[in-house]
Amino acid sequence: MKTFYGTELPNPLMLGTAQYPSPAILEQAFRESGAGVATVSLRREGAGGAGQTFWAMIRDLGVLILPNTAGCHTVKEAVTTAQMAREVFGTPWIKLELIGHTDSLQPDVFQLVEAARILTEDGFQVFPYTTDDLIVGERLLGAGCEVLMPWGAPIGSGRGLNNEYALRAMRAEFPDVPLVVDAGIGLPSHAAHAMELGYDAVLLNTAVARAGDPAAMARAMALAIDAGRLAHEADPIEARDMAEPSTPVIGKAFLS
Amino acid sequence: MKIVLNGEAREVQSETLSELLEECGFSGRVATAVNEQFVPSSLRIGHRLAQGDRIEVVAPMQGG
Repeated sequence: MKTFYGTELPNPLMLGTAQYPSPAILEQAFRESGAGVATVSLRREGAGGAGQTFWAMIRDLGVLILPNTAGCHTVKEAVTTAQMAREVFGTPWIKLELIGHTDSLQPDVFQLVEAARILTEDGFQVFPYTTDDLIVGERLLGAGCEVLMPWGAPIGSGRGLNNEYALRAMRAEFPDVPLVVDAGIGLPSHAAHAMELGYDAVLLNTAVARAGDPAAMARAMALAIDAGRLAHEADPIEARDMAEPSTPVIGKAFLS
Repeated sequence: MKIVLNGEAREVQSETLSELLEECGFSGRVATAVNEQFVPSSLRIGHRLAQGDRIEVVAPMQGG
């Protein structure tokens, strides 16, 4: 298994911490999923110290923490958010989100590359949330990223892998780079699909948190990711257009 | 002194950023920015506030 900035993940599921019906259900979902990484964010602290309660619970999960820059629309905003996240969470890891379009939450890849360069030079280990564009991928690697996280579909859409061809091309183009499908996963079959393509991990949130039974869906995702990874390692057959009998033809009894 | 704390106009006694956090009851893991510039925790004691400063205090929160 590839390492993420030198760290081997306990398993290939990165799970978000937002939108759960309750903290107890979030904890159950994490337990059932076995996720090795939790994504978190920073928001204005309220008078009651809500952030401290949340932090205590996340710390107790015993998973790796990946803070994000969700909702940032400019390089400056993303860089400042990353600096604050590094101090609060005590990790150089940052899931770099630079949103370019409000409806699709599509990454602004031009600002993304610039922010990735600034943060890498400042000692951050950047996990860029990007599109499935190969040239952007190259630029991000050139900017110092050692991980790429292309979208499967828009955040929260649950549409699965919108462009399998592009994700397949990305895997082929960057065979040695840890690749994560981030966003758009709605069903376990989508997660399995990403792993079958040879992706190294899957990052998802809404599909589990907004399911009717988040803990059960978390378990389903974990099983699907395992199945997809095993399938990739098992070297699947190529699809073909015509039928090919699986039962031997030779030796068939002559019965007209 | 009048400042803006997390988007709300406030009248405060504090003269430095670290005093402000104490005055407004913040504790634990928080990060700060003044006028959109990150101020590391180690520099809060020496960071003097000015009239009209916009201060952000953020903490861990759920995220995807």
